[in-house]
Amino acid sequence: MRYAEVGYNLEIDLATGNIERVETDPKMMELHLGGLGTSVKIHWDRVPPETKPFDPENLLIFSSGLFNGTPAFSANRTVITFISPQSGLLAYPMMGGFWSSELKYAGYDKVILRNKSPKLVYIWIHNDKVEIRDATHLKGKGALETQDLIREELKQPNAQVAAIGLAGENRMFCASIEQSRSSASRLGGGAVMGDKNVKAIAVRGTKGVNLADGVEFMKLMEEVTEYINYRNTNPIPDVMTILSGIGSPQEMVHTDEKWHTENFAWGNARNRRKNFWTDEIEESWAKAQVEAIKRFISCYNCPQHCGALIDAPNVPRYMMKCFSKLTYSMAAYVDNLDFGFKIAQQASEYGVDGFSTPQILAFGVELYENGILTDKDFEGCPKDNEGRFFWLLDRVVRREGIGDVLADGTYWAAKRIGNGAEEFAHNNIKKHEQLPIKLGMLDPLYFLMYSTNEKISITQIEGNWPQAAFPTKEQRERFVEDWPQLPDETWKEWLLEWELRGEKAIPYFPTPDIAAQIVDWMEMLHNIDDALCICAGMGSFCLKPPYHIHNYPKLISAATGLDLDEEGLKKIVNRSRNLHRAYNNRLGMSRADEKPPEDHWKKRFPEIEEELLTTYYEFKGWNYDGIPTRERLHELDLDYVADDLEKRGILKDGQGQEEN
Amino acid sequence: MAKVKKKIKTIKIDADRCNGCRGCEIACSLFHAEPKYSSINPAKSRIQVVSHRLKDIWLPVFAGEYTPAECMGRDVYTIDGKEYDECGFCRAACPSRDLFKDPDTGLPLKCDMCEGEEEPWCVKWCLNDVLVVEEREEEVEEEEALDDMEIGLEALTNKFGMSKVMETLARMSMAKKG
Ligand code: SF4
Ligand code: SF4
Ligand code: SF4
Repeated sequence: MRYAEVGYNLEIDLATGNIERVETDPKMMELHLGGLGTSVKIHWDRVPPETKPFDPENLLIFSSGLFNGTPAFSANRTVITFISPQSGLLAYPMMGGFWSSELKYAGYDKVILRNKSPKLVYIWIHNDKVEIRDATHLKGKGALETQDLIREELKQPNAQVAAIGLAGENRMFCASIEQSRSSASRLGGGAVMGDKNVKAIAVRGTKGVNLADGVEFMKLMEEVTEYINYRNTNPIPDVMTILSGIGSPQEMVHTDEKWHTENFAWGNARNRRKNFWTDEIEESWAKAQVEAIKRFISCYNCPQHCGALIDAPNVPRYMMKCFSKLTYSMAAYVDNLDFGFKIAQQASEYGVDGFSTPQILAFGVELYENGILTDKDFEGCPKDNEGRFFWLLDRVVRREGIGDVLADGTYWAAKRIGNGAEEFAHNNIKKHEQLPIKLGMLDPLYFLMYSTNEKISITQIEGNWPQAAFPTKEQRERFVEDWPQLPDETWKEWLLEWELRGEKAIPYFPTPDIAAQIVDWMEMLHNIDDALCICAGMGSFCLKPPYHIHNYPKLISAATGLDLDEEGLKKIVNRSRNLHRAYNNRLGMSRADEKPPEDHWKKRFPEIEEELLTTYYEFKGWNYDGIPTRERLHELDLDYVADDLEKRGILKDGQGQEEN
Repeated sequence: MAKVKKKIKTIKIDADRCNGCRGCEIACSLFHAEPKYSSINPAKSRIQVVSHRLKDIWLPVFAGEYTPAECMGRDVYTIDGKEYDECGFCRAACPSRDLFKDPDTGLPLKCDMCEGEEEPWCVKWCLNDVLVVEEREEEVEEEEALDDMEIGLEALTNKFGMSKVMETLARMSMAKKG
């Protein structure tokens, strides 16, 4: 009997239509848990580095995690892995919603897609019955629309459907995969799905997921519940409202957007508007939001309600979460929120990344304003900011005219356009658009997170450590007073010492040694969440979350029957983390790629940055180039990886910390 | 039949507070798993959250009585200007559909208020206070409540006839003794 995982993957060859239900090796759970961990292992074993994103051999894996389908609150992520057309590296965007638990109830942990279908199809998984069905009638349909059409066609109101829109069909590099109120957006999973000619995957399952020790598991969940209730009634004082609670940022609940609108950059990640949030704006934005929201909704088995059903004036209904309500308005320099709600609907149906896309459009506008793109490129484009964005969005997802160039994202578009356009693609890391934040002083923690994490998207790297020092001693003391999530009591000292200004402030403090430990800890928490497919909002992404390193090993042990302690769990996720790094090294990533956008901070300190990176690499057991050493790989039972890296000349013998 | 005092439990459902998480389905199926707490299968839950996301319907519905035959008349609801499928909100385990039937055996499921538990599991694990139990005492005619197996057997006899069921049981027990 398998516990927590179901023990079967679904392997689909889209070229031949061959479908197989394949039993997995139980050892894989012991070595990599599940979710991202076991998916990375499959890519390592089966997709060699010569593979290009749109090659048939590029696998597209939809994976549940170890905890989906169990009673663990907020275990609802689906992690989707593939070599990204944008970064050329192994990407793993995730979506919440309802899909992955349903997959486990149907009897599978993962769906592994290989090769390409000769025509547009969708996949229908109903327990043991799996079909590849014609989807030509769904061509061009919206990503949300498609979900309901498929449910109706199958007469299966409880089927969960993940679908792409026009953007995915046309292989726009920032195309998302949409499902219910969620989407897997970053780095172009939708484009790879579209390239494989798969419009959607629908799933309905009526089988069970087993727990090794359900009594113990529920006892632990009672403690988790108690803490959720406590945190929901006791927001953390002294931090911004948006950071005070648990769950994803409560962008649907809160209407006060002073902080985002005045601290994040507008346009193509350019300007902060210091006095934007006037009384008038506050009133009109709050009104627009309250009127647009019909109901607050959650993902599967989660007590929070980070999403909302949106019913805005003259806009078909859709569901929204998080920050996309602002990204389009701010990128377009539009001062009314109605526009945000309106264009986000269109964008969700097209199926595009709500972070990258607005920046790509704003980038196009900037190039036009600076004479790099011309009237010919913008022929037929309305002159007003709103109209221009709608027009551009349409061009991009249809890949028409200049849209075809912009559809590859700012990095690749700039390369194609030339003529100085590269200067304008200024907000990327590893070719991927970042949050539009431009700040003053280099921050050691953020420098490391931005530079080194394989996620390449800060909101899913940061989390448990406060974003900034508290101004007063009293506030610091209050914060550390009750902080059971910390790995070690002594770490409290670091927070107590951390000041806003002076020697004990950024960029000097946390020192490289301390920064390395904190960043490694935050990253490890994300890696655990990503293996279990727990929402980061209840674990790694928020301050003082219900799930942490002290209760995870117990929960995992009760669910699976493994006998795990903290060290054991850390070792497992460290193994998967290093395998992922090695995989990306094999795809060509190294130290030279590991840097935040040039203009992310006004004040940069090259020497400190150099020391931070070197110290962190050493702490991680990576050599000067950011490649895991044989020694570290051996400790993690990854000798086969060291052999491979050596054979390919990526890891040289000796391989220590050599500065060149 | 004798009159007896009986505690009547009502679960009040404040559907407006429901966020559609379906945690109640997980809780119910876990509690009724065999062995208890060993597995989760929402399709076996005696509460089902009927959802039509874009229509703003997230409605927890409890499994009611088993019915051997479909209704002659059907109901079609219109709510908030949107029309729903026939029988969309009915509580019955009915031959016309799969809802409230065990997916493995096809036998009907019925909410038993989590007999023996202090608090029904769906109520306990819904953290949004959508489900609230109220208790009151009432004088009722004594009647024997059917347990799960009886409900199942009743459904089988309705479908195949009593003698066929008896025959099959006899044959199975012979085979077991073998
Ligand atoms: S915390 Fe929010 S985003 Fe996370 S699972 Fe719950 S409802 Fe979804
Ligand atoms: S657990 Fe509560 S909030 Fe969640 S679906 Fe059930 S009734 Fe609704
Ligand atoms: S009261 Fe008990 S049996 Fe009835 S639906 Fe709730 S959990 Fe299931």
